[in-house]
Amino acid sequence: MDQELLLWVRGTGLQIATAVFVLGMSYRVLHLLLLGRKPSLAVARGSEWAGGLRTMWQRSFMLPSLSGRGLFTVIAGYVFHVGFLITLFFLSQHIDLFRAVFGFGWPALPRGVIDIAAVLAIGAMVALLVHRFIDPVKRLLSGFEDFLTWTLSFLPLLTGFMLLRNIGFEYLTLLTLHIASVELLMVVAPFTKLAHMFTTFMARWYNGAVNGFKGINA
Amino acid sequence: MSTSLQRGITTLLAQIDAPVATFFSTCVHCGLCAESCLFYTETQDPKYTPIHKLEPMRRLWQQEYTFWGKLLKKVGLSKPVTDEELAEWEPLVYDSCTLCGRCSLACPVGNDITYMVRKMREGMVASGHAPEGLKGATQRAIEQGSPMGVNLKTLKAQIKHAEKETGLTVPLDVEGADYMMVLSSAEVADYPEIISAVTRIFKQADVSWTLASDGFEGTNSGIQIGSSDLAADILGRIVHAAERLKVKYVISPECGHAYTALRWEGPNLIGRPYPFQVIHIIELLDELRSSERLKTDSVDETRMTFHDPCQMVRRGGVIEQPRNLLKQVAPNFVEMPDAGVQNWCCGGGGGVSANHRAERLRIKVFSRKKSQLEAVDAKLLVTSCSNCRTMLLDGLELNRMDVEVIGLTELIADHLTDNAEGKAS
Ligand code: SF4
Ligand code: SF4
Repeated sequence: MDQELLLWVRGTGLQIATAVFVLGMSYRVLHLLLLGRKPSLAVARGSEWAGGLRTMWQRSFMLPSLSGRGLFTVIAGYVFHVGFLITLFFLSQHIDLFRAVFGFGWPALPRGVIDIAAVLAIGAMVALLVHRFIDPVKRLLSGFEDFLTWTLSFLPLLTGFMLLRNIGFEYLTLLTLHIASVELLMVVAPFTKLAHMFTTFMARWYNGAVNGFKGINA
Repeated sequence: MSTSLQRGITTLLAQIDAPVATFFSTCVHCGLCAESCLFYTETQDPKYTPIHKLEPMRRLWQQEYTFWGKLLKKVGLSKPVTDEELAEWEPLVYDSCTLCGRCSLACPVGNDITYMVRKMREGMVASGHAPEGLKGATQRAIEQGSPMGVNLKTLKAQIKHAEKETGLTVPLDVEGADYMMVLSSAEVADYPEIISAVTRIFKQADVSWTLASDGFEGTNSGIQIGSSDLAADILGRIVHAAERLKVKYVISPECGHAYTALRWEGPNLIGRPYPFQVIHIIELLDELRSSERLKTDSVDETRMTFHDPCQMVRRGGVIEQPRNLLKQVAPNFVEMPDAGVQNWCCGGGGGVSANHRAERLRIKVFSRKKSQLEAVDAKLLVTSCSNCRTMLLDGLELNRMDVEVIGLTELIADHLTDNAEGKAS
């Protein structure tokens, strides 16, 4: 693959993707917020904000009593999210890129740790995809968007891992593919359920706020 | 498009606020909410997955509020919501949801699915797709003043009976009393013992209270069917009576949905704050207990457990109070697995008990309560909702389980200090 394409994805391509991601996501979040909700006229027993913030935080750490299939979803979900975030934020190349743009960074994790995180995340994603096909509940809920977003999240992980381990194509080709796949993800994310990377916290706030208002510590 | 369908769709769209749109936007289709819903766990049928019960509303949201949805609709590629679809969804939205709130605690991204089902029902009833049983109950509530058809005459007969039993006066329409007690239809019809119980408790604790002849019934089928207009009508009677009698507090009865209606939805239904406060009878009893105005002098050694009504714990926040009271009279009180905020529904909340079509399913999913009960092997099941009480009695009988059911207020009244006069033998 030629040099020019790589230059484009690293330059203009990345700029476009970033712009779409930031503007699209802001639009999405604002659009939701501006729909508003009616304040309750009932007498509060507790605080909306306390409840909202508590749920925003606590819902990240729950392991409810679940049957086998639920437990599988929760564990595979955690492995994927944690693995994905580790490779995204703690690979030295990613931090270098960040430092080049913003002027500061943070220590990277050793390559071995990144490798394990990436493999686990890839494995969890494949397992979740298979589960989406065989589990009757997930099958009923799934549609085109679920498979699209799965693919778009999977490609950066896969190409990134291939790049690190020199698998498949030559270095520059892989680098181009990796960056392009990330850009695709960034462009599509605001307009699909991938927006949950931000809206999850809003959903939790709304849910927790009602409970906080009623004085329910849940 | 038929006018009723149009009305339904307009109503549904009007229900989409920031939380609803955020919940639909955020759902990752993980299916975890299924595990929290007894209609799914007890049947393993995927159609009972909580978020799936909202599918028609989700598509409307997608078609009207999202970029892709709007685009697809423009080019005619999206599937419109039809009358047939709403008819098909009616049993999912009504028969297989008790508005118990368990799914809302389980969703990892934080969706309050119960909030959405409550809203979806507004559109369903506007489009004419609500269960006959619930329509009938609501109609009776509007026309005769009670979903179960009890009236002032019934109440007066029960009052008379309670006065004879306790030797005390049951105050009716006393202006300027501190508290106005509201009852549930089931209490007036099937569990009138509650009137004697509160009369004796309030006598001992020296509480100034009254019943109101024009607002004694707290059951609100308007909320269960999902019609805010009718709910406001039904609730308006209580508000009016409380204002007429100038009371400081209205006491919500042992009825979970009445509590939700009175305490949380009420002011929003009538569009203004109340000039009085609402307190659940169990909250009040616990206050009286902690200020030492409610005293008991005997205990019940029976091995007993407590069924938390969904609208009291998960949706209402009254969690510790019943336990404080139980500790005082029940040395052998044991908690069921999942007790408290995670307790499982009796199966008949949210209007399911008034919906005959739902009966078989309701009885089937009682298996959850059965196994919870079997785990503690209790002989007495205490609760604080008369609808739960009826559902529990029904389920226990059908499962041939030898467990008795009693309301918490009555249990407390049975152990009052100095209740020689009028003690129910
Ligand atoms: S648990 Fe929440 S995110 Fe998962 S399918 Fe149900 S509503 Fe959607
Ligand atoms: S509120 Fe309860 S019954 Fe209704 S869908 Fe959620 S878990 Fe099921």
